[in-house]
Amino acid sequence: MQLVLEKRAERSTKIAILSPLLAIALTLVTMSVLFAILGKNPATALYVYFIEPLTDSFTLMEIAVKATPLVMIAIGLSLCYLANVWNIGAEGQFIMGAVCGSYLAVVTNGTDAGPWVLPAMLLMGAAGGALWAMIPALCKVRYGANEILTSLMLVYVADLIMDYLVRGPWRDPKGMNFPTTASFDPVATVPALFETGRIHWGALAALIVVALATVMLGRTIKGFEIRVVGAAPRAARFAGFNSKRLVLFTFAVSGALAGLAGIIEVAGPVGVLQPGISPGYGFTAIIVAFLGRLNPVGILIAGLFLALTFIGGEGAQISMKIPLDLTKVFQGILLFYVLACDSLILYRIRLIASPKKASHGIA
Amino acid sequence: MGLLEAIIISVIAASTPLLLAAAGELVVERSGVLNLGTEGMMIMGAACGFAGAWLTGSTFIGALFGIAAGCALSLVFAALTLGLAVNQVAAGLALTILGVGLSGLIGAGFVGEKITPAPHLYLPVLTGIPFVGKILFGQDGFVYFSVALVVAIWWFLYRTRAGLILRAVGDSHTSAHALGYPVLKIRLLAVLFGGGCAGLGGAFLPLAYTPFFIPGMTAGRGWIALALVVFSSWLPGRLAAGAYLFGAVTILQLHAQAFGLGIPSQLMTALPYLATVIVLVLISRARGSAGSVAPASLGIVFVPDR
Amino acid sequence: MKKLMMTAAAAALAIVATGFSANAAEKLKIGFIYLGPVGDLGWTYMHEVGRQALVKELGDKIETTYLENVSEGPDSERSIEQLARTGHQLIFTTSFGYMDPTLKVAKKYPKIKFEHATGFKRAPNMGTYSGKFYEGRYIQGVIAGKMSKKGVLGYIASFPIPEVISGINATILGAQTVNPDIKLKVIWVNTWFDPGKEADAAKALADQGADVIMQHTDSPAAMQVAAQRGIFAFGQDSDMIKFGPKTQLTSIVNNWGPYYIRAAKAALDGSWKAGDTWDGLKEKMVLMAPYTNMPDDVKALAQKTEAAIVAGTLHPFKCPVLGQDGKAVECKGGANLDPGQILGMNFYVKGVDDKIPGK
Repeated sequence: MQLVLEKRAERSTKIAILSPLLAIALTLVTMSVLFAILGKNPATALYVYFIEPLTDSFTLMEIAVKATPLVMIAIGLSLCYLANVWNIGAEGQFIMGAVCGSYLAVVTNGTDAGPWVLPAMLLMGAAGGALWAMIPALCKVRYGANEILTSLMLVYVADLIMDYLVRGPWRDPKGMNFPTTASFDPVATVPALFETGRIHWGALAALIVVALATVMLGRTIKGFEIRVVGAAPRAARFAGFNSKRLVLFTFAVSGALAGLAGIIEVAGPVGVLQPGISPGYGFTAIIVAFLGRLNPVGILIAGLFLALTFIGGEGAQISMKIPLDLTKVFQGILLFYVLACDSLILYRIRLIASPKKASHGIA
Repeated sequence: MGLLEAIIISVIAASTPLLLAAAGELVVERSGVLNLGTEGMMIMGAACGFAGAWLTGSTFIGALFGIAAGCALSLVFAALTLGLAVNQVAAGLALTILGVGLSGLIGAGFVGEKITPAPHLYLPVLTGIPFVGKILFGQDGFVYFSVALVVAIWWFLYRTRAGLILRAVGDSHTSAHALGYPVLKIRLLAVLFGGGCAGLGGAFLPLAYTPFFIPGMTAGRGWIALALVVFSSWLPGRLAAGAYLFGAVTILQLHAQAFGLGIPSQLMTALPYLATVIVLVLISRARGSAGSVAPASLGIVFVPDR
Repeated sequence: MKKLMMTAAAAALAIVATGFSANAAEKLKIGFIYLGPVGDLGWTYMHEVGRQALVKELGDKIETTYLENVSEGPDSERSIEQLARTGHQLIFTTSFGYMDPTLKVAKKYPKIKFEHATGFKRAPNMGTYSGKFYEGRYIQGVIAGKMSKKGVLGYIASFPIPEVISGINATILGAQTVNPDIKLKVIWVNTWFDPGKEADAAKALADQGADVIMQHTDSPAAMQVAAQRGIFAFGQDSDMIKFGPKTQLTSIVNNWGPYYIRAAKAALDGSWKAGDTWDGLKEKMVLMAPYTNMPDDVKALAQKTEAAIVAGTLHPFKCPVLGQDGKAVECKGGANLDPGQILGMNFYVKGVDDKIPGK
C-alpha cells in the first residue's frame, strides 16, 4: 500500500477555499503540541498569535504597515515568476529605490522646496529600483548570465552602496557623525492616513498596485503574454511573443515596485535613510508571492497574514516570553502546511496497492 | 610562514564551508530540484554539529550530527516538494526560516561554550616542506573531505551509470520516467545528499573555523553557496574554482585593507560579489548563444502519471 | 538537595518581599529592545546580563520583558510602542539606531520613561546612557604597546561610527605613550557579527605582522585565532578569557547592570529624571577584565593607567591631540577634547595607518 499524488482533471475550487483553513488547523495542532512541550499554554499562545492582533486598532494598523512593502514587492515578483523569470534580488532593488528616492530628500533637506519633492522622490525610487533590476535583466538578455546569481549578488552590493552613502556623503551634518541622513522634511514624507497610528498612504498605493496587477493579468495582452511565456514558452514563440523583451519588462516592473516600496518605507515609517531599513522584505516577499499563489488578491491576503504572524510573534514575546526563534519555527511550519495543503488544489492523494515495490512516488 | 602561504591557507579555510554546501546543492540541482534552503540547513548543521561535539568531545561525531541535521531538514523539504509537489522555491525559503528558528532554539543552551577545534593533519616530514607543506599536508579533515567530495561528485556524475541517470532525471524527468527510472526516489536521494553536505558545511564553522556556536553564525554563507552553483554552470570543477575564487577575493580584500590601501571598505567588501557577477557574465558571454546549461527540469515539479 | 533548599529559601524571601511591596499588580514593568539575539556573546548579550542583574537585585518589585533581534528599520518603532502599550513604564532601547523611533514613541507616551543607549537626542521623558569605552581602549593601547614585539597592532573594526573611531584613536594614543613608533593596522569588516569573517580578518592581520589583535566586533573568533597563532588579543564586550586563557591580556567589559538598577530604583521611588549619563571606569560602567598573560611591570603600568583615569588625572584625549596630518585639532574642552568631539569623532589621530571609510 502506498500514498501517491494524482493530478486532478481541473483545479478544485472547493479545496482552494478549504486549504488555508486546513493548513491553519494543522498548524494549530502542531504548535499546540510544541507549546505544551515548552510549558506554555497552547490556547493562550495561539490567541496571542492569531486573534489578539486583530482586536486592537493599533496592531491592525501595524499589520497594514508591515504588509505594505511585502505586498508591493510580491506583486512585482509574481509577474516575474509567472513569466519564469527568477528575480530573487528584490531586496537590492528595494534598497536602491530607497537610496535613489532619498537623494532628493537629502539635497532638499532644510530648503523651502515645495510639495513636488515627495512625488519626485517616489518617481526616482521606482526608477532606481527598475534600473538596478535592469542589470541582471540585461546580463541575462545580452550575455545569457543566470539572473538568480546576478540579482542575488547585487543585493549585497546595493546594501554596501547605501552603507557608503549614509556613512559618507549623505550623513546628517548635525548627527554627531552617526550613519544616518537627516530626518526627512515634511514635504519629503509620506503622510499618515489618520491622526494616530503609522498607517500611511503607501498602504493605499499597495492596494492600487494589487488592483492594477489584477486588471493587467486578467484583461490585457501583456498579462496574457506573461502567462503564456511562463507556462508554454514554445507556444509563446509561436505566437510571436518576444521572451527577451518580457525578461526586461518583468524585471523592470518588479524592480520599480520594489524600489517604490523602498522609498515609501524610508519616507514613511522610517523617516530617514539609515542602514538596516529592510528587515529582509525582499526575501520575505518571495514567500508572500508563492503563498498568494502568484495571484494579486492572493498576495494581498498572504501579505496581511504573514504580517499578522510577525505582529503576533512580537506580542507572544511580550506577554508570554516566547522566544523569537519559536516564532520563526512557527512561521516555517505554517508555511509548510499552507504550501502542502495548496498542492491538494491541483492534486489528490490516493492510497493504492503498491504497483511494483515502492519505486514510484514516496510514501 | 610566508605571507602568500598564509593567505592561501586562509583562503582554503574560508572557501571550505561554501564548497561543501555548494557541492551538495550541485547534485540536488543536477537531479532537477532547486532547494533554496541551504542557509537553513547550514545553520542547523552548525547548531547540531556543535551540540554533538560538545556533548561527546569528538569533532567526528559532531560532524555526523551536522550531517544528520542537514539530512533531517532536507527530508522535510523532500516530503513537500517531491511527495506533495509543492513549489520548490517557496518550500526552500520556508525551510530557511524554519532552520534559523530551530537552530536558535537548539543552540541557545550552547552559547558561550567552547570546544577543541578539529585537529589538523601533521605528517612528520611532509608537513614541514617549505611553502607547500602546510597547504597540502597541514589541513583539517573537512578540507580534505571537501576536495575529495568534489572529485567524487565529478566521478559520479560523469563516470558512473547512476550519475548518468541522475543527470537524465534532471534534464528531462518525463523521459527518464518513461524509461522506467524512479524519478522521485532518485531526487529524494539527491536532496538528502545535498542536505547532508549543507549540514556538514555548516558544522565546519563551529567545529573547525571558529570553535564556538552563536545563533546566525553562518551569516549568509548558504546564499553564497547557492549562487556558486549557478556560477559553476553546474560543473563540479568550476564549482571548486568558484568557491576558491570567492574565498580568495574575500581574504585578499582584508589583506588589502591591512596594507592600508585607503580604498573605501564598502567597496572592498562588495568585491567578492561583484567579482562573481563579472566572471559569470564573462563566462556566459564567451559561451555565446549556446544557451543556458541549467538542468532543463530544474525547479519544475514532477508528478508521475500512471 | 542544596539547590532545592536554595530555591525554597529564595521563594520564602520572595514571599516576604511581596508582603512589603503592596501587591503584585503594582510591579514596575520594564522593557528592553535588543538589536541582536540574546546569545550573541557581544553587545546584546551584555545588555541581557545587565537585565539579569536588575532582576536579581530588584526581584519581584519589577517584571522585565525583552524583544530581541529588533531591526533598526521600520520595525523598531512598533516594537517600542508595543512595550509602551503593554504597561511597561520604563523602556531601555539598547542600540544607536533606535534613537529616532524612541523619540517618536516617547513624545506619544509622555508618562512612560525611556532610556536610549549611545544616542544624543533627549526628551523630558527620554534619557540617554552610554559608556566611555575609549578609556578602556586607552589602557589596552598602553598594554599592547608594551606587549608587541614587532611594534605592529591589528585592529578589527566593524562600522565607521564615532565610538569605533574614538576607540581606535584612544588605542594608538595609549600605545604611543610607551612606543612612539607603534603601527596600527585597521581592517573594516562591515559587520558586527560574522565569526568567520572576524576570524579571517584576525588571520590577515596576524599574517601581516600584527602580534597583538584587538577588535570592535562581537564574537570571540579573533581571540581564538590569536590563541592558535600564539599571539595576544583583547576581548570585547565581555570577559573572553575562556576562549583564550593564554591569549587574553584583558577585556573591556560593558557593565550595564548597575545603571539599569539605578534607573529602575529611581523609577520606583519617583525620582527618575531624563538624564545624559556617560559613565566610564570611575562609575564602573566600563570594567577591565583581570590583566593576564603579561609581565608584572606591564600589569603594574596598566593598573596605574587605570587608576589615573579613575582619579581623573589622566584623560586619553588630553590636548593637544594631533590629527593624521600632524596638526593639532581644535580643543573645545579646555585641557581635553570636549565630550561632543569624542562622541562625534570622525578623524584619525597621528599614527593610524588607515583612511576612515566614506570620508
